[in-house]
Amino acid sequence: MKAVINKILHHSVVDGPGNRAVVFFQGCNFHCAYCHNPETISLCCGCGHCVELCPTGALSLKQGTEKREILWDEKLCCGCDTCIHECPHLASPRTKEYTPEEVMESIKNDLPFIRGLTVSGGECSLQRDFVLELFRLAKEKGLSTLMDSNGTYDYQADPELLAVCDGVMLDVKAFDAAEHEMLTGMANEQVLKNAVFLAQNDKLEEIRTVVVPGYLNYEETVEKITAILAPFLKQHSIRYKLIAYRPFGVRFPYKEQFSTPDQSHMQKCRDIAEKNGFTEIVLI
Amino acid sequence: MLNITDMKKDVESIITSTMLTNEQAMMNLSAVPFNYVEFFETTREFRELYEAGCVCTMTEGNATYQPRYTLPDYEKLMREGCRFLRLDPPKNLFEATQVLEMFYRHIPSVTHYPVYLGSVDKMLEPFMDDEHAYEIMKSFLIFLDRTIPDSYCHMNIGPETTKAGEMIVEIQTELKNAIPSITLLYDPDITPDEFAEKCVLCELACAKPSFANHKEYSKIYKTPYGIASCYNALPVGGGAFTLSRVVLNRIAERAKDSEHFLKDLLPHTCRVLCGYIEQKIRFLVEETHFFKTNFLVEEGFLKLENFVGMFGVVGMNECVNTLMDKEGYADRYGYSEKADALAQKIMETITDCVAEHESKYCDITGHRFVLHAQVGIDTDFDISPGVRIRIGDELPLYEHLQHCAKMQPYFNSGVGDIFPFDETAKRNPAAVLDLIKGAFVQGMRYFSTYSDDCDVIRITGYLVKKSDIEKLASGIRVQQANAMWGYGEVKNGRILERKVRSL
Repeated sequence: MKAVINKILHHSVVDGPGNRAVVFFQGCNFHCAYCHNPETISLCCGCGHCVELCPTGALSLKQGTEKREILWDEKLCCGCDTCIHECPHLASPRTKEYTPEEVMESIKNDLPFIRGLTVSGGECSLQRDFVLELFRLAKEKGLSTLMDSNGTYDYQADPELLAVCDGVMLDVKAFDAAEHEMLTGMANEQVLKNAVFLAQNDKLEEIRTVVVPGYLNYEETVEKITAILAPFLKQHSIRYKLIAYRPFGVRFPYKEQFSTPDQSHMQKCRDIAEKNGFTEIVLI
Repeated sequence: MLNITDMKKDVESIITSTMLTNEQAMMNLSAVPFNYVEFFETTREFRELYEAGCVCTMTEGNATYQPRYTLPDYEKLMREGCRFLRLDPPKNLFEATQVLEMFYRHIPSVTHYPVYLGSVDKMLEPFMDDEHAYEIMKSFLIFLDRTIPDSYCHMNIGPETTKAGEMIVEIQTELKNAIPSITLLYDPDITPDEFAEKCVLCELACAKPSFANHKEYSKIYKTPYGIASCYNALPVGGGAFTLSRVVLNRIAERAKDSEHFLKDLLPHTCRVLCGYIEQKIRFLVEETHFFKTNFLVEEGFLKLENFVGMFGVVGMNECVNTLMDKEGYADRYGYSEKADALAQKIMETITDCVAEHESKYCDITGHRFVLHAQVGIDTDFDISPGVRIRIGDELPLYEHLQHCAKMQPYFNSGVGDIFPFDETAKRNPAAVLDLIKGAFVQGMRYFSTYSDDCDVIRITGYLVKKSDIEKLASGIRVQQANAMWGYGEVKNGRILERKVRSL
């Protein structure tokens, strides 16, 4: 079993409690306008557009195969990001295929220093079978396991996965259905169902909302999601991470269209969440 | 030998310096005679190694009239008071802090200030029901900063969480003073994560407390240990008579190859230095007043049998690289198994040579000296502290911690390394704690950090404010005596270039 992986981080302080390794899968079913790593949205189709643009010759078209495939020579790569900025398909040629065992091998030396493994993306739930196996292996090493998910997967229907997953960090990008569709291209009915189901079952580790003034009605989102989750706070604390939109990494033309919130916007969100009983609120 | 003209020059440079406070001038003057007069005859071998810079006596000169580091039994003070100072056992928090303040004033050491303030959280905990506890504690901590102008003075807290310990950490996070230094005696099985994480946040605000591996250090002595001065683990109720060091890279420069170094030069140097340390201890114990009449000894706050001799080591990084160069290898310390295997072989050789010396004193360690990874002095140039990887050559974080875990267990009387983080670490102190837990399980002894936006930073083992260093650089004197050393280290030791880790 293999999955296309964009990156493995060996330490992270922003992807769940404590120090964690993070696996970023390639491929997402959302097309968020404000995505700060849009090169993780699609799988590379091998069009070769980036090959000629690469200034160090680190990219080449694989010869002798029917399927078009880009080869990436990590040693020659200077990390200038030209390939991902110029990719017309929101993909990256700088990915690798791993088996779950190979992922565990790559984080072997991290084990004394991390308390857990987080899978992110892209959208990790699109790789459900891979995540299941990876989490089984991680549990054998005593690691806690978290999924950073956009919430389109039906978690309620998958007790097998939840048995090895300690929690989900769920994006609640917009409460209003039309607004959610405008931003992501997908409906949010499943996202909201998941929020309630996971909270009920002590598996909702965190919810996140990106605050984009003038584009999203974030106050409504914060108000409504905290109201429907409030009844579950007593049984299990839910962290609310409120993220100020920043243009870093965002693709054209959205990059110039959105504005960054100031401290008062963020404080307003915190106040609403606190009013509805949330105590663990992180502004970033 | 006595050269009155040179001595006059030394005195003149002190009394005319506008960079020193009056107290600093007085302290510096007190050291001058010992650089000119010998009180015991050193051997020819010692003098040869000393002049070549292969051994160093840590500015003590060839005499000392008080132990270098003293760790009084403060629990006895709290329990029984002190006859000589006419102090009764304290009955409330105000009295307890007053008794400590008065007692600290009379604790000698190489700096003439106390280098160990005791497990202050445990001493004050019985009095924490005071409604003015916060004000009293805050005023106590400010008092220490203003009256002990030297950050070798070291307070211990933990491993248990206490109200007093929590309050000390909370107030330090707010005050951000350089003094005192603080160490959390840390054992993840005893210290709750919540308290340890508060300590991490305090350390990211003002470079303290550092974390000492309590599981490992509590195995070393028969008495409880304390962390004094920079990071020195020493017996409570005793301390260290003296500290001298071998400068490994200076010895390596004289070697033909590793074999010559390991079989000949290093054992010779260790034997000669052990002989010198022994001479100095005997002079201190048998000739000077301290162990005969000092009230701390007479009343049992300090006991002769709880003192050790410290054998210091510096310059491992440069030593290994020099030897590799001489043998035509490109292997570097920290980066190659071959280079690290040589470093371990060097430590095993030092351990064996030092263990061969039987001291007349040092009862608590079976009449043996203890190894210490010395952090350097301000005039060191191209000599990395102890067994640290040199600044500028730092390894990726986990590999660096693993390297520390490999090299630190040789040192029973103190060793440590420093890992500054950028501000993201403040968002998740639990992550920094995970690193410490992982490193300690692997065998690392002592961990320090600070954040790149801190004013107070750890120089090599002691704390100095960056703002004080800037003042000194522009010719303005500051109150903290060892800030001047920090200024020297910043110039010679690339302290401000230490790798800042992003998490």
